[in-house]
Amino acid sequence: MSYKIVHYINQFFAGIGGEEKADVAPESRPGVVGPGMAFKAAFGQNAEIVGTVICGDGYFAENMEEATAQILKMISVFGADAVIAGPAFNAGRYGTACGTVAEAVQRELGIPAVTGMYAENPGVDMYRKSVYIVSTEDSARGIKTAVPAMAKLTLDILKNGTAGSPEEGGYIERGLRVNCFNDKIGAQRAVDMLIKKLKGEPFKTEYPMPDFDRVAPAQPITDMKNATIAVVTSGGIVPKGNPDRIEASSATKYGTYSIAGVQSAEEVAYATAHGGYDPTYANHDPNRVLPIDELREMERAGEFKKLYDYFFTTVGNGTPVAAAKKFGTEIGARLKKDGVDAVILTST
Amino acid sequence: MKLELLKAKVKNVVWGEKTAMLAGGVLQVNKEDLLAAVNEVQNFKKISAEIARPGESVRIVPVKDVIEPRCKVGDESEVFPGMIGDVESVGSGQTFVLEGAAVVTCGKIVGFQEGIVDMSGTGADYTPFSKTNNVVLVIEPKDGIEIYEYEKACRIAGLRAAVYLATAALEAGAKADETETYELPSFAKAMTAHPGLPKVAYLYMLQTQGLLHDTYVYGLDGKKIIPSLIHPNETMDGAIVSGNCVSACDKNSTYVHQNNPVIKALYDRHGKDINFIGVIITNENVTLAEKRRSSAYSIKLAEMLGVDGLVISEEGFGNPDADLIMNCRRAEKIGIKTVLITDEFAGRDGGSQSLADAAKEADAVVTGGNANMMIVLPPLEKVIGYTDYVDVIAGGFDGSLRADGSIEVELQAITGATCELGFNKLGAKTW
Repeated sequence: MSYKIVHYINQFFAGIGGEEKADVAPESRPGVVGPGMAFKAAFGQNAEIVGTVICGDGYFAENMEEATAQILKMISVFGADAVIAGPAFNAGRYGTACGTVAEAVQRELGIPAVTGMYAENPGVDMYRKSVYIVSTEDSARGIKTAVPAMAKLTLDILKNGTAGSPEEGGYIERGLRVNCFNDKIGAQRAVDMLIKKLKGEPFKTEYPMPDFDRVAPAQPITDMKNATIAVVTSGGIVPKGNPDRIEASSATKYGTYSIAGVQSAEEVAYATAHGGYDPTYANHDPNRVLPIDELREMERAGEFKKLYDYFFTTVGNGTPVAAAKKFGTEIGARLKKDGVDAVILTST
Repeated sequence: MKLELLKAKVKNVVWGEKTAMLAGGVLQVNKEDLLAAVNEVQNFKKISAEIARPGESVRIVPVKDVIEPRCKVGDESEVFPGMIGDVESVGSGQTFVLEGAAVVTCGKIVGFQEGIVDMSGTGADYTPFSKTNNVVLVIEPKDGIEIYEYEKACRIAGLRAAVYLATAALEAGAKADETETYELPSFAKAMTAHPGLPKVAYLYMLQTQGLLHDTYVYGLDGKKIIPSLIHPNETMDGAIVSGNCVSACDKNSTYVHQNNPVIKALYDRHGKDINFIGVIITNENVTLAEKRRSSAYSIKLAEMLGVDGLVISEEGFGNPDADLIMNCRRAEKIGIKTVLITDEFAGRDGGSQSLADAAKEADAVVTGGNANMMIVLPPLEKVIGYTDYVDVIAGGFDGSLRADGSIEVELQAITGATCELGFNKLGAKTW
């Protein structure tokens, strides 16, 4: 079977011109243009480039949303099975355009897209997580190796539904952790690694440490008497019955529940959904995790002005940092919008 | 200290008249005798026993603990000291092992924190206990007893069953197919032995976060110990016992404590590439002061031993990541080279940061895999235990248990799948 491919390139590779022509608007042409010839050769009988969409790098950079929409529309007309963009080598604006188009194609058209860039192209950091980017040389000299690699990866994805590992697929690591079975058990791998480390021989960690995100604490509240305080918990306290079905571990969501008029988190009304700690004491008296009783007392005593009308809750058990970050950002934005001055975060 | 493990290889388990090893590696078990041996334990309403063999279409859920049947041979000491055995030190003499058999305890203690063991299908690829011939105890508590009592009753019942099987088979004349010998000299001798080889110890972290998240050492609650030295052979006689009932993928069942693969791997390289000095046990408590005390104390013990390298194994995830990284930093700071064994919670797509803490000193890490990875367990013909909690099991979600009996869960629900003692071949790479 021969797949239908659309190729995205910039004004330079289309032969329209260099920087002086970077402002050309998107256009669509049937068949191959410029480096498309090389792809045609690489695809052979397996795939055909049915059309080429061209956009000036300057135009794209200055009209990103509009240009992306125009380009997508032009691509969609061809009814393609996949899109290839570039390769962009080390051209920054072109790399960004290729990444943006490829990502939009996958998201909006639901078909795979492959691009190619030099490892230091700024488009790599922006799109490596969402788009397969074949590693290329830093200039068009590298076209001879880039094109066959991009063509092969595109065909692999179309035929097998997967790109395989970065080594197999020739693409730049996306930063995704994927499970695999090793030849040896973990304990033997650990002792092997330690022996190498002790001998001063090269060894390869199985988990390179990330740069750890540290958050600077906010300035203290100076006027507590006029402050609105909210309570947010990762201890999993939810209205009894867990109406939003927050998971016992690896939470994919958080809940927002009104506590307007609630004087205490009573056993009859609340329980924990958390699967990582002994729930007995939290369930006997949910105030132990969500201290509404104490906060109401302080509110009555005028120690602060108001307890915010809602609490946010999730389960902080095996919950990926990326999910926690997303919840935190959304909750923070809502609290800020509602004029909350400070938050008490309770964990378990 | 020298210990001989006399291993009878079990290839099948059957119910029968008398508990004994039959020809061809068949362990025959008298069910009534087995239940009588565990029935002394208080707080049961009902206890039943079933067999689950490798390859069978059987799912066991919720699994609390797995124990290897062992007993001492003609010795003063007893296995599982301080739990069901006497408190005298273990780790020397001879121990009889029914290798290839296991006792699995199953009960709804918390209901949603225990694990799943599938004997065939996708799940079987991930749990080590799909490869053992399992005698499963399904334990229902008396009405109204607290879950701590229930947990304890299950824990003791499992240990008693394991000792019963080994003892009864041995008394009925079972013979060892293979003998393994483990011996380390006194520190005085160890310090001058194997000149030129680097001295290595093992820092063995035990989950001790509180009730139902505990580990016991000679019957003592691990969170109340000060980090201590233990002879590696003691672990083989059940000096360390699991009291865990949590996300099952990376909690050390008693079985993996008895068969600690790090200890085995260090023994294997002892005298060849390294001089294996000993084992330090430490805990994973919840407050910062407790973490700092245990970390400082255990690394001080390593320093006193004068070791060049440490293998450090974690138990659990999240909160204990802080203990792991703290231990690594302190050791590296005083020049002790470390390798860490952990597992990962990198999200279902693998795109998130894997641990809750990080340090540049942690440059040598072995991973047991990403526990957030999703797997689909096919429907199996027989369920031992109860599946009604699968939607809320740790690693499950709303809709995990499908109408056809298949289960879609994260790997973390599978008992022992990402074991941080490095029991398995599973790992992870960056794609």
